[in-house]
Amino acid sequence: MGGNLLTNYGEAVAMVLFVIGFMNLLLQKNLIKKIIGLNIMDSAVYLFLAEKGYINGRVVPIIVDGIQEAETYINPIPSGLVLTGIVVSVSVSALMLSLTIRLYKRYHTLDLDEISMRLRKEGL
Amino acid sequence: MDFVQNFPFFSIILSMLSGIISSVLPGKAAKWVNTAVIFISGVLSWVLLLYLMRKGESYTYMMGHFPAPWGNEIRAGVLEAGTALFFCIIMLLSLFGGRKKLEEEVDSEKHNLYYILMDLMLSSLLALVYTNDLFTAYVFVEINTIAACGLIMIRQNGRTIEAAVRYMIMSLLGSGLLLMGICMLYDLTGHLLMSNIHEQVKALASSGQYRTPLLVTIALMSVGLAIKSALFPFHAWLPDAYGYSTVSSAAVLSSLVSKGYIFLLMKIVYRVIGVTVFDDSRIIDVLFVFGLMGMIFGSLSAIRENDIRRMIAYSSVAQIGYIYMGIGMGTEAGMAASVFHILSHAATKSLLFVAAIGLTDVSKGSRKFIDLTGAAYRNKWAGVAFTVGSLSMVGVPLFSGFISKLLFAQAAVQNSGKMLPALIVLGISTILNAIYFMKTVIRIYTPVDSINNTADTAGDMVYAYKNRRSYTTALICFTILNVILGVSSQPVVDLIGQGLAMFS
Repeated sequence: MGGNLLTNYGEAVAMVLFVIGFMNLLLQKNLIKKIIGLNIMDSAVYLFLAEKGYINGRVVPIIVDGIQEAETYINPIPSGLVLTGIVVSVSVSALMLSLTIRLYKRYHTLDLDEISMRLRKEGL
Repeated sequence: MDFVQNFPFFSIILSMLSGIISSVLPGKAAKWVNTAVIFISGVLSWVLLLYLMRKGESYTYMMGHFPAPWGNEIRAGVLEAGTALFFCIIMLLSLFGGRKKLEEEVDSEKHNLYYILMDLMLSSLLALVYTNDLFTAYVFVEINTIAACGLIMIRQNGRTIEAAVRYMIMSLLGSGLLLMGICMLYDLTGHLLMSNIHEQVKALASSGQYRTPLLVTIALMSVGLAIKSALFPFHAWLPDAYGYSTVSSAAVLSSLVSKGYIFLLMKIVYRVIGVTVFDDSRIIDVLFVFGLMGMIFGSLSAIRENDIRRMIAYSSVAQIGYIYMGIGMGTEAGMAASVFHILSHAATKSLLFVAAIGLTDVSKGSRKFIDLTGAAYRNKWAGVAFTVGSLSMVGVPLFSGFISKLLFAQAAVQNSGKMLPALIVLGISTILNAIYFMKTVIRIYTPVDSINNTADTAGDMVYAYKNRRSYTTALICFTILNVILGVSSQPVVDLIGQGLAMFS
């Protein structure tokens, strides 16, 4: 158990970061901090994928010196997944930020609970 | 290969393309493009369904001619084609029913944006239904979330923006968990295609390797999708999102978006993890318990509600609970009942939302129960439709809700361990449903005897008459759909059984 943890320390770090990001997104009141939490969470997943795709002693899967054997290169699929994931997380963060700007312009606060309280008072 | 086999791909790409084209079209043209695309997708799915029923087996469709472990795949069986057809029908009717309201509530320069979002929503739903690749499923889950968020906040006021933010936060938590689960599963099995993962998971389960990581993976994916489809403890965003958005959005969100995620979860259970492995994990009991809790607490919240739209929204929580209870039973019958309830709830809930808007329109736009008194006399069609929807939700014979409750009860009897809690909660939940729906029906059929506000209601009458045709047609179609599902349910149930058999 402990030995596994030591060899897979990259994955362990990724998991810790994931939980930090998740809790921030869930529990922070400040919307900007929530978005930071979201980004930490997504980055943790990418770190996890990158760790899993890397094979010790191998190089980036780009053929430059004519070597065609698969044994020379690392697994390229996780890198592809990370790229796709980054695109998704960028668009989602942009959407969240634009929503935050709208709320801030209306209520001049970033605290989601306070916004809810004011909405309830308005009785819309 | 038959030409018909291209249809899933055609319908996905067509709806996505129409979204792109609509961005340069004026609102009215975008509306017609959207209607045409939904209609064409529906027809394509229908032809595909007939083809698959004749052929009797499912097929996989290679994207870009790369063979199995490398390329991306689409897979279609009877269940997929049927669900796609049904989603198209519901979306079309919901849009018809809410069209007038949309024109009123949303600025005219934003209309084409609304239809772009609808196109994207349709394409992501179809992709979720048809895809055979887990990572593609994740990407379309995110597209679905973004489109849904836009649909909530297209009507701009503080409430909808706040609801959209809350919806976004919960959804992102869910998709984060789902993504982590998919990545872990990829690391365990080395594949992204569902059928390949399924083989590897079977091998892992039989050799007993990686037991804990597999369990964690199943848990992550189930909880992630449960959060996204608003299973009981994660439903806090739901009443605001459904209650304040424009009516077509509310109908589409409640009847299609959450169902798309549930369909993906069923796909994962059957096609990725495998039923036996999923049953052996304790996750299934967790889903069962939370489903039961949702059935009760959703209804209790609905009883306490004083706003008709929010009441219908809370009732969705209870109905999602039913679906998860069916999945949690872990039997074929339970799953079939869940699929039927997906259809029945989609038909009923969108009917209720559309009918409720007709009732509030003739009550000076107020959604409070006290102002709705006698609304059914002011807008007869909406009153009748709301009554039909309520009866169906409560589970009165003749309507679709009765059949799904019957199927749930039959499924519960087959599962000895979970029979007692399932039947008891089913009974309690039915009574609770009856309390708040019948309360509303009685309220809208109570005549108003004060004369001084007839002038106002007469003015509203005129306005309600203006939006008669498309609105009434939508209501009638929804009602007919409900009765068809309720009266001649056997073919549908057979179809679901056939589809589930093809699934694994």
